[in-house]
Amino acid sequence: MERNQLQRQAAYMRNTLFDQGYLDEQFLQLEDLQDEANPKFVEEVVKLFYTDSARLIRSIELTLENTPWDFEKLDKIMHQFKGSSSSIGAKKVKKECTQFQEYCKVGNVEGCMRTFQEVKQEHAALKRKLENYFQLAREAR
Amino acid sequence: MAKNGDFSPPLDPHEVHVLAVDDSLVDRKVIEKLLRIISCKVTAVDSGIRALQILGLNEEEGSVGYDEIKVDLVITDYCMPGMTGYELLKKIKGSSTFREIPVVIMSSENVLARIDRCLEEGAEDFIVKPVKLCDVERLKSYMFGEGRIQRQNANGEFNKTKLHETCNVSLPS
Repeated sequence: MERNQLQRQAAYMRNTLFDQGYLDEQFLQLEDLQDEANPKFVEEVVKLFYTDSARLIRSIELTLENTPWDFEKLDKIMHQFKGSSSSIGAKKVKKECTQFQEYCKVGNVEGCMRTFQEVKQEHAALKRKLENYFQLAREAR
Repeated sequence: MAKNGDFSPPLDPHEVHVLAVDDSLVDRKVIEKLLRIISCKVTAVDSGIRALQILGLNEEEGSVGYDEIKVDLVITDYCMPGMTGYELLKKIKGSSTFREIPVVIMSSENVLARIDRCLEEGAEDFIVKPVKLCDVERLKSYMFGEGRIQRQNANGEFNKTKLHETCNVSLPS
């Protein structure tokens, strides 16, 4: 496929991620930090996020295995998760994290369980989309 | 070369050494890059304890450890396990050797009481996360020492500079 076409596709994919609310302006900040000295900076940060957040998800799952739930601990872990989501501009993930914390604060078990599924789904969906985008951007270079 | 206790602001941006403290791996990577972009030398650590070690601030007042490295500014997250950013701030400001080092607090929570508490304890500024380039660019004034003088008004009060300034970022059309 022609380079121009690939570039257009990559740009379109990127714009869609913003338009559909997957990413917010913090992702733009990361892009602004990328330069010749660090041509893969955004990808590296995203990769770091996914490694780190996988650990946090696992930590939440382990905490959920013990009843009664330690809502304070769950809230703390989710706070970290929300923080790093925010730092990469992961808008939908961040929103679900906030919702989870709301349910933690009132000790709503069902709400937490439901929202945790949403967190994982959004987390996975964004990962797929970003992987596709980075792949395409690489091919378009 | 000035000792830490004798604070003379560096004239060359390349001399500026920032100690960044954050327990989040992702945030450390980002803050490190942001600071490098404005030509600072960065040491990024994951805890307040480690930050104190780097500074050479041990529990016994006045004792200087072997790890002592000259630091021109400390930027720290507020919420950290173990020692919080606020506790780190207090330790630094409570030390006769290190109290002149400007300390900036970062937090994901934009809470006025928290901001007030930090500024009252001697923090130069309070940045609401996620940290942006314009936030970090503002730090340059503290590092050169002028910022402190500029921001005190006639009553000697500091401006509460940061609730949440929006930087000029345009989204794709």
